[in-house]
Amino acid sequence: MGKNLAAKTWAIVAILVLFLYGIFGIPHGGWKKSITDRIHLGLDLKGGTHLVLQVQVAEAIGSTTDRDMQALSTALAATGATAQKLDPTAHPEVITINSPNPAKNSDVRSVLNDNAYQGYDVQSSAGGFTLTMKKEAIRDLENRTLDTSIETIRQRIDSLGVSEPVIEKYGLGDNQILVQLPGVDDPGRVENIIQSTAKLEIHEVVGTSYPDEAQALQGLGGMVPADEILVKGSGAVGAPDQVWVLKRAPIVEGLDFRGATAQQDENGRPDVGFTLTTEAGDRFYKYTDANKGTGQMAIVLENKVIEVATIQSAIRDQGRITGGFSQQQADDLSLMLRTGSLPASIKYIETRTVGPSLGAASIHQGVMAAVAGLAAVMIFMLIYYKGAGINADIALLLNLVILLGFMGFSGATLTLPGIAGVILTIGMGVDSNVLIFERVREELRLGKTSAQAIDDGFGHAWNTIFDTHVTTIVSAGILFVFGTGPVKGFAVTLVFGLLANLFTAIFVSRVIFDYLLEKRGRTAALSI
Amino acid sequence: MELFRSSNIDWLGKKWLFLGFSLIFSIAGVFSLLFWHHLPLGVDFTGGTQITVRFSSTPNEDHIRAAMDAAKVHDARIQRISGAAGLSSNEVIVSLPISSAQDTSHDQGRSEVENALSANYHDSAFTVEKVDIVGPTAGKQLQTQALLATLYSLIGMLIYLWFRFELIYGIAAVVAVFHDTLITIGAFSLSNQEVSLTVIAAILTLIGYSMNDTIVVFDRIREDLAENRRASLAEVVNLAINQTLSRTVLTSSLTFLTALSLYLFGGEVLHGFSFALVVGILIGTYSSIAVAAPMLVAYQNWRARNGKEATLPAAKPVVR
Repeated sequence: MGKNLAAKTWAIVAILVLFLYGIFGIPHGGWKKSITDRIHLGLDLKGGTHLVLQVQVAEAIGSTTDRDMQALSTALAATGATAQKLDPTAHPEVITINSPNPAKNSDVRSVLNDNAYQGYDVQSSAGGFTLTMKKEAIRDLENRTLDTSIETIRQRIDSLGVSEPVIEKYGLGDNQILVQLPGVDDPGRVENIIQSTAKLEIHEVVGTSYPDEAQALQGLGGMVPADEILVKGSGAVGAPDQVWVLKRAPIVEGLDFRGATAQQDENGRPDVGFTLTTEAGDRFYKYTDANKGTGQMAIVLENKVIEVATIQSAIRDQGRITGGFSQQQADDLSLMLRTGSLPASIKYIETRTVGPSLGAASIHQGVMAAVAGLAAVMIFMLIYYKGAGINADIALLLNLVILLGFMGFSGATLTLPGIAGVILTIGMGVDSNVLIFERVREELRLGKTSAQAIDDGFGHAWNTIFDTHVTTIVSAGILFVFGTGPVKGFAVTLVFGLLANLFTAIFVSRVIFDYLLEKRGRTAALSI
Repeated sequence: MELFRSSNIDWLGKKWLFLGFSLIFSIAGVFSLLFWHHLPLGVDFTGGTQITVRFSSTPNEDHIRAAMDAAKVHDARIQRISGAAGLSSNEVIVSLPISSAQDTSHDQGRSEVENALSANYHDSAFTVEKVDIVGPTAGKQLQTQALLATLYSLIGMLIYLWFRFELIYGIAAVVAVFHDTLITIGAFSLSNQEVSLTVIAAILTLIGYSMNDTIVVFDRIREDLAENRRASLAEVVNLAINQTLSRTVLTSSLTFLTALSLYLFGGEVLHGFSFALVVGILIGTYSSIAVAAPMLVAYQNWRARNGKEATLPAAKPVVR
């Protein structure tokens, strides 16, 4: 064997070993286990739940402007100006300042110029000012909300003990999160735990409560003031539901809670104790100190008043919620508060669940189809091209090894459409061989020697193979970038398959021809 | 073994035949898309709830329907599915329209169906194998994404061909691919099969496949143009198609074989996928011969009639 050829052969063997390692790793515990440890199977093959959630970021914007509005009202009290949100649903990012006394406008201005309101664009308007949260500030807040949500969901799922979950931003839409939970095929409880905002807030109670919303509206003179909200809830364990009038901006909320534990009150009933962050503790102390004795606070969980308490004394950072919980509810609530409450509520927009037996059946069918397709193609090549058919078959098998090895090394996920991609690679992979062999036959018909025909055949076919592969890789690459789910899984195997094919059809098959020519002489008849 | 040693078929002479053939299929597809079945979109795109249930014995569709009606689950579509190799399976797909999966009550349809079956279906036990719930937001997103992915990949290929050959080659190839896509989607409409996200993946594959086929022919045209400077473009195109015919037929049959094995063994999930491939491979092979190549000639003739430079410049092939 020539030196050059020997080097090439060793290169091929090295690549074969390398990619076999990619598929199997160091063999352990049976070949099936070895493969599945290396190649990540998609949820459609191993069973599990795929969720796409949308974080309602507008809520986070709303609660930020609520807080700022509250602070502004206090700061502007001396000027006689008031802060309001005229349209909290459609435009949560806008605060309107009503300044009845134009002479005080410069004082109002200087309050608005405070550092705390840097995130707003201030415009003067008839009778006051309009504060609109800046685009960057909104984007920043949205991103933070999304990140916090992902972090919170991850902690909650981790505490449930799901193995290898995927929790990440989902690129297809705004403010969406992709959650993949392998092995979870009854998503009920997980969905509840993820979705539960555990949005805990403490609001100031204004006036009295009403039996229903209509009467509340009547009591308020037909409309709810902009800085107040109506919230339903019992207010005490066992009490009937009522409608409470609360200040819109909470005293403390979500991120202010630092820790929570399920505990029992003096009568042995489950309740939840919480602690606040230092900063929120200071705020809470100031408020409770100013209102002790008379003021009432409502504890609002998931937009429901669960407890209303009169402020007995100033509280700093410790408190407790008696909501008439069962032990399970107290445990779940404290878990959710501990892992941080979600900064905004969550909606499910896509749920896909695959049971484990269907996944196993899909693998079985996919492998069956692959083996059948492979066998048909290999036999056909042997019959049609005889000796050269062996080249093609070796190249084809090596192609599969490299493709699967790539999957193992890259950690890409193999899905059912991915298996279809593999099968298609078999069909298209053989195309390169066909192109080359047909071209070699043509050159032979022109009366060239075997060596010359192989040289020219490979040379001419290379142009075509290069172009066809680049175009397909271009389109598969685009699919990979813009696609999700099945489309992406398919693009992955297609790209890897094409790359592998460039190597096997051009290089490996050529080395085999060269080896034969060297053994039998450069003019020996080719079996093709 | 050799099938096409030296074919000498006048492909361009049959261009009216090809045009007629393409028109019949395209128009039939477009007609069905517009007036008959329209485009039967799957739950991925329309949104809604789709539940695959496996029963422990052969399910009775009427009883399932009765169970749904008794539980007031309306508009449920019940569909038996076949297993691998066309064998019957005990699986049924229950589909609910988009109203079951609004963003505010996402999970409702699923629990309704499960409850309806456990309360009112007594023939055998059942397990829920697969649930797909796609809300309206997600459905719209997936639709946009599928369209954009297809569009971008076509543009990507057009640019590459423009760069490697000439603009007209790129346009001819993209027109041929568009023709294939139209006919394949038409076939889905005609046979009233649902287009799912997986089917889109298959359509994108056949775009790649048909492009592949077209490039093989174009490459040969380019090469032959450089070698036969005296021959007319029509002669060169005919020659190139004939020279590559053997490869074209072989590769299509082999790819067809693999697509067929997917169709036969791949199971229900891949049915739509492999159906698209089986149709697409046939059409894709046909179009590279009957649509793309004749377009080059038609373009050149059109230029000649307008008194412009009549030869199609051949770009230089890659130097090895």
